[in-house]
Amino acid sequence: MTKQSQTQSQSTLANPSRRGFLAQTSLVMGAFSFGFHIPQAEAAAPAPEVNAWVVIKPDDSVVIRIARQEMGQGTLTGLAQLVAEEMECDWAKVTTEQPTPGQNAARGRVWGNYATGGSRGIRDSHLYVRKGGASARMMLVAAAAKSWNVPATECSVNKGVITHKASNRSTTYGQVAELAATMEPPRDIVLKDPKTWTIAGKPLPRLDTVAKVDGSQIYSMDFTMPGMLHAAITNCPIFGGSLKSFDASTIANKPGIKKVVAVDGKGVAVIADTWWQAKSALEQVAIVWNEGPHAKLTSADIAATLKEGLTAKEAFVGNQAGDVKAGLAQAAKTVEAVYSYPYQHHATMEPMNATALFTGTRCDVWTSSQNSEAALETVVEASGLPVGQCDVTRLLLGGGFGRRAVSHDYVRQSVLIAKQMPNVPVKLIWSREEDMLHGHYHPITQCKLTAGLDAQGNVTAMHMRISGQSILSSINPSRLQNGRDPSTFQGLNPDGAEGVFGYAIPNLLIDHAMRNPPLPAGYWRGVNNNQNALYLECFIDELAVAAGQDPLAFRQKMLRNSPKHLAVLNAVAEKAGWDKPAPKGVFRGLSQHMGYGSYVAACAEVSIVDQKVKVHRIIAATNPGHAVNPQQIEAQIDGSFAYGLSALLYGEITIKDGMVEQQNFDTYELLRMAQMPKVESIVMPSGDFWGGVGEPTIFVAAPAVLNAIAAATGQRIRNMPIQSNSDLKIA
Amino acid sequence: MAQLVINGIKQTVSADPDTPILWVLRDLGLTGTKYGCGVAQCGACTVHIDGEPVRSCSLPLAALQDGQSITTIEALGAGGKLHALQKAWIELDVPQCGYCQSGQLMAAAALLSKSPNPTDAEIDEAMTNICRCGTYNRIRAGIKHAAALLTKKA
Repeated sequence: MTKQSQTQSQSTLANPSRRGFLAQTSLVMGAFSFGFHIPQAEAAAPAPEVNAWVVIKPDDSVVIRIARQEMGQGTLTGLAQLVAEEMECDWAKVTTEQPTPGQNAARGRVWGNYATGGSRGIRDSHLYVRKGGASARMMLVAAAAKSWNVPATECSVNKGVITHKASNRSTTYGQVAELAATMEPPRDIVLKDPKTWTIAGKPLPRLDTVAKVDGSQIYSMDFTMPGMLHAAITNCPIFGGSLKSFDASTIANKPGIKKVVAVDGKGVAVIADTWWQAKSALEQVAIVWNEGPHAKLTSADIAATLKEGLTAKEAFVGNQAGDVKAGLAQAAKTVEAVYSYPYQHHATMEPMNATALFTGTRCDVWTSSQNSEAALETVVEASGLPVGQCDVTRLLLGGGFGRRAVSHDYVRQSVLIAKQMPNVPVKLIWSREEDMLHGHYHPITQCKLTAGLDAQGNVTAMHMRISGQSILSSINPSRLQNGRDPSTFQGLNPDGAEGVFGYAIPNLLIDHAMRNPPLPAGYWRGVNNNQNALYLECFIDELAVAAGQDPLAFRQKMLRNSPKHLAVLNAVAEKAGWDKPAPKGVFRGLSQHMGYGSYVAACAEVSIVDQKVKVHRIIAATNPGHAVNPQQIEAQIDGSFAYGLSALLYGEITIKDGMVEQQNFDTYELLRMAQMPKVESIVMPSGDFWGGVGEPTIFVAAPAVLNAIAAATGQRIRNMPIQSNSDLKIA
Repeated sequence: MAQLVINGIKQTVSADPDTPILWVLRDLGLTGTKYGCGVAQCGACTVHIDGEPVRSCSLPLAALQDGQSITTIEALGAGGKLHALQKAWIELDVPQCGYCQSGQLMAAAALLSKSPNPTDAEIDEAMTNICRCGTYNRIRAGIKHAAALLTKKA
């Protein structure tokens, strides 16, 4: 990886005059790849495409195509490692590029699903990208063998050099790539045993770091093209409201203003030469809103609705075993607790933005998205043009965390603005305030837990009633299953690869009373695992206290049938030295959870001095099945704790008069350096499955810290965040 | 109209006087300096003005005097060479999404120029920029590594 190669691949994406470059490299060969026949060539290629995933240049450099979206989590490097591993190419010669969603559509989705969320980047695509790399290697070897007129089985490969030992001949991938592209793709592909990996599984440096330290990396926010104008927008801040009228006469004479337009019946945008001109002029436009039915909504109203759900008769069942009613009735002791988890904002560092160019017959958008195929659908719908006349060029995200995964409201708005300024590229940038007011928030829930213990302190029955918002109801109601949102039960399911409830409780009921306030809900890093793990793991600690047992031993006993859950828990306990006393004034808390296919656990160490809580140290373990890049997994573990602790300590979106009260980072506080604990990671892949790494460790961040605080104070904090729901201050 | 020295080059800047320096720079094509919050909270817009770290989103052009000097991430390394911090950032793979890192690096460079071997407490105090990916521990390690690199050279 060189700086030059990164700069080059960026300019491919960022410079519109070179937009044709990728199309040329992508569409050239009528090769077969993984069951899809590729449409005929459109233009001569500057370099041969061996298959959809791999382009090899005459200088032996290898361009690996990445379909999933990089947004900081390292998936670009990890996926490239998997392809390169099977290819047996020279890692030092690897660069990457991202095909557009339009190219994917034109080629029968040869690159599969672009959606990047749910920690799926690697776990859901490792198989076909590895096969892509292996197939390319086999075709390259077959090409060399053909040119030498020897059997391919007599040839070997090392770092992109193909050798036929018997005749003492060798060649390179670059020299045979053109011929390889014409070879029949292999039907039987045997993948390498991960135990023999030399590129995958190694803590290699990321491929995309250099440009991020000298200001040269182009994010969506930085995209530019000749003649581009800028737009600022304000949408009705009240949920369910709309635009009634506006008067822009006050800004008619301001410099740089090109046009003031209504957008989607919901907002007003000013288009100007520069964004600052647009934004400052927009503040002077007189706008009248139709306030709609929720203009008086408050957080207290929402809390009351959810509270009613805690005891409601009707609820969707997520996990059921035995007879919970009878189990509770027969218990020697019952314990009950009610918890709540507030709305959270993604607060990506880069506010939403998109550049659109509409010509009447074409609509192109340049933006950052976790799912550019969905962004393209949005462009098609908003522009009214067929998919073949639209495309989305993917630019790097300044953070995703789920905000750019589903709703492409910012893309829709950029197209609707561009349609009112045809033939001129317009970059729409949301102000931070606009971004805060129009989030797709982490859903709000409450949870009532009731458990029964027998005389020996065994948990014989537990009812976990979740009341609150369903994400699917907000973003995609057609995917509800008879009204039920299965994602509500993340990490609490009886079985499946995603997230299994690990505790052995003979009489169990986990159910959900769906209550949907009018705020849009969305996927937020960790999603429903966050509050589910918090509710469950804090309550398990409460039960351990009620049973008079050590929280580790109590969990170990209940996880007896869940060896993988138990293994990560034991690993953190051992590293933390759970069997020895903590340093004076330091208190420990544990938690474990399974989600997005991975098993995670944490031990937090906190101290409280003068009512100020300080999180000193986190020991975190993850078993993601396979560890494609261990140092990047460690980075994700670090980051997941920053994100999870930010929510636990400070994060809360509240509603007054139908709108969000926190409009910037002065009122929506976020974790900074001084509050970041040391994080010691244990990456312990068991090698028998593929789990995610971008999110899972976030699940155990909050409950481990809450359990440590309870150990320190003897008091339970059951409502989040800590800052506004306890006497504690954040040190 | 203002006469400023931007990354060592004298330039005449013509923008409305209320335009924040952040947008002046970005409109000049210096897009390494980022917009995050617009209210001097997140620090993604941090640049050096006469060597001091400043959150440029909240400093209007009118507040600068002719001849004042602005340094952005694009000129953090002198003479086309990487600053020790940039080298450390690469070596430790500090960035994740990277959007905040220009501001983090500029804040860290200002810290090192005053305190060549900063303590953890000094790092906590000086490094108040927000990173949502949560790269804080690697930033801290990066600052210490850069400090070591600079000390070795001196």
